[in-house]
Amino acid sequence: MRSLTEEETKVVFEKLANYIGRNITFLIDNPESPYVFRLQKDRVYYVSEQIAKFATSVSRSNLMSLGTCFGKFTKTGKFKLHITSLNYLSQYAKFKIWIKTNGEMPFLYGNHVLKAHIGKMSDDIPEHAGVIIYSMNDVPLGFGVSAKSTQEARNLPPTGIVAFRQGDIGEYLREEDTLFT
Amino acid sequence: MGRRAKNKQGVPPSYEEFQAEKNKKDHKRKRSQETVDKPVKKSKAEIPKVKKSKKRQEDIEEEPKDLPQVDLEELSSARKSLFDESEEEEEELNDEFDIEGGEDFQDSDEEVHTKPMFSDDDEDEDELENLNAENMEAYSKQLDEEDEIEAEEAEQELIEGDLKQPRAKVLPTAEEEEETKGQPKDITMIRTRMLEIIKVLENFKELAEEGKSRTEYTTRLIQDICDYFGYSEFLAEKLFNLFSPSEAMEFFEANEIARPITIRTNTLKTRRRDLAQTLVNRGVNLQPIGKWTKVGLQIFDSQVPIGATPEYLAGQYILQAASSFLPVMALEPQENERILDMAAAPGGKTTYISAMMKNTGCVFANDANKARTKSLIANIHRLGCKNTIVCNYDAREFPKVIGGFDRILLDAPCSGTGVIAKDESVKVSRTEKDFMQIPHLQKQLLLSAIDSVDANSATGGIIVYSTCSIAVEENEAVVDYALRKRPNVKLVDTGLTIGKEGFTSYRGKHFNSKINLTRRYYPHTYNVDGFYVAKFKKIAPSPHDISKAGAKEKENAARLELEEEGIIHDDFADFNNDEDKELIEKSKKYSMKKKGINPNL
Repeated sequence: MRSLTEEETKVVFEKLANYIGRNITFLIDNPESPYVFRLQKDRVYYVSEQIAKFATSVSRSNLMSLGTCFGKFTKTGKFKLHITSLNYLSQYAKFKIWIKTNGEMPFLYGNHVLKAHIGKMSDDIPEHAGVIIYSMNDVPLGFGVSAKSTQEARNLPPTGIVAFRQGDIGEYLREEDTLFT
Repeated sequence: MGRRAKNKQGVPPSYEEFQAEKNKKDHKRKRSQETVDKPVKKSKAEIPKVKKSKKRQEDIEEEPKDLPQVDLEELSSARKSLFDESEEEEEELNDEFDIEGGEDFQDSDEEVHTKPMFSDDDEDEDELENLNAENMEAYSKQLDEEDEIEAEEAEQELIEGDLKQPRAKVLPTAEEEEETKGQPKDITMIRTRMLEIIKVLENFKELAEEGKSRTEYTTRLIQDICDYFGYSEFLAEKLFNLFSPSEAMEFFEANEIARPITIRTNTLKTRRRDLAQTLVNRGVNLQPIGKWTKVGLQIFDSQVPIGATPEYLAGQYILQAASSFLPVMALEPQENERILDMAAAPGGKTTYISAMMKNTGCVFANDANKARTKSLIANIHRLGCKNTIVCNYDAREFPKVIGGFDRILLDAPCSGTGVIAKDESVKVSRTEKDFMQIPHLQKQLLLSAIDSVDANSATGGIIVYSTCSIAVEENEAVVDYALRKRPNVKLVDTGLTIGKEGFTSYRGKHFNSKINLTRRYYPHTYNVDGFYVAKFKKIAPSPHDISKAGAKEKENAARLELEEEGIIHDDFADFNNDEDKELIEKSKKYSMKKKGINPNL
């Protein structure tokens, strides 16, 4: 376990900025309870500084996880966000899409978000921006990338894709074998 | 006799049925008392006698009525507090049985009473006609006398009846056994025999066959249990010895029924009321588990898979057995503490601890099995616990890894004799060796747990030891061992409102008297899995705290100690035959003297 290098931090923050924009500052600047990013094997964990200190007493080979896993670095050096980061992403989300009850299950099975399933959405979503998907009673279901801006999406046919899915909480079941270790 | 046939073929009566039957009997007793209380003539009193003895015979032969007299009311009230739903069920059942019982009773009543009753009434009426103020007193006196005589007679009957009771032949003879050896076993026959044997064992003095010993009955019963429920003989005997015969039967039967599905609300994400509402909207039929927990819900049936609803995926609840709440509730985690869960996977208890601490402080979740940490991490993330560290050590490595915890939960790996309903393989797979090896590991784990706690912690210093086994070797014996090895810990009250006290002595072994503060749970009493919870408080640091021994050293030390203490080697003493001869002669003389015979003659 170690803290991220400059390079790695840049990659991670660029990715996060897609979804939460300038709200990243809330993640790292919290004087009351300081939080830090830690890298263990190829995974990035976001954890309170105090817990990170405790975790130093666990040897590298025996430490399986700490705090919240945000995602992992691929072999090519890119950063892939995992669904486990959804708690924080949804808290600081910039652009949001709410989907109706009949769209919940299709989305949780790994499908993209269709126009027909949209309950409501933020007004100012540009094209190809990170969005967080919620159910109508504000339970975060996943995240993705908008396919069209809000304006254009208004004119889409019901079967048109509004947002490409990148992660959904159905992965807890579908990807159980690969997601966590 | 139609009823007898019905009883023999019926499905094994569940606990409720047992109780219903008992209620039925009480009911009956009351009614029959009423009839006795009525002023009736002598001629009539003769008839109930016949009826009574007939009924008694029936009782002996078929009905398991007397069985569950353990302390049913207490148990049932405890059960009710656990699962409110069972109340309803019971009521329903009672209703059914009441109707049936009522009818039964009336039938036999009519048969017996029709004639005498009419004649009685006639006489009474005649007398009543002649009644006036003058002879009123005399008449009432006469009635009183009659009553008295009758009561005496009834008593006499009872006594006589007891003496005359026929001693039913229950055990099969050697020839019979020989005969049935090769043939497939008659399950219903075995079941009836089991119930009969239990009846005999409950009242051995009165009901046992002449010349048969208690052991013969018990061995037969255990053999039958093996045949009927499919246990290995070793395990059947071990479990049987924990209970009275009738309670053991209830236990074995409860193991055939699955426990209700329960879920725990994740208070980090939602509230129980909201969750219940959403799930009800999805077509789930549920109810709070009971008064003792504010986060548990019991699922009766569901139109959707309960482990794949959007709410489940969003981490608003976790599927968790009701019994798994208990050790965490006993642990009472406080905010901002540092807590260790030594055997954490799959994370039900860890996430509960985290939720109780409201994501403050720090929880170390350890599991020795790397593959199982996967589900542990999955649950921790799904439920949104941010204060956890997951590590993969042999738990005996603590406190070498890190010590000084405020609280430690040790839900030890165990034989699983409490969860037979969940995992049937336990019935045959557990051998005597398991009950030596597993406790051996548990003892080391518990000592490691004790050493890893900070005795001077301002808020804690607590260790909770729990298993999902009901075997004494894995529970009381382990706790007793820890108390002997670490005098700096003491048992404290678990703070759990339900549960039976741990055994302070068991089959000749005596444990620490404080062990009655620990709690046992059985499937047949509380309708939760079989479970055991003990709570320690560390009062002083021990010299062992500074021990830097790892798992291997601890294992070796424990083995050494075992060899020194327990096992007798071949060379433990030399036999000297000449010396022995003298001693034998001496004691022979002594015993003869005792009998009043002069040994020198």
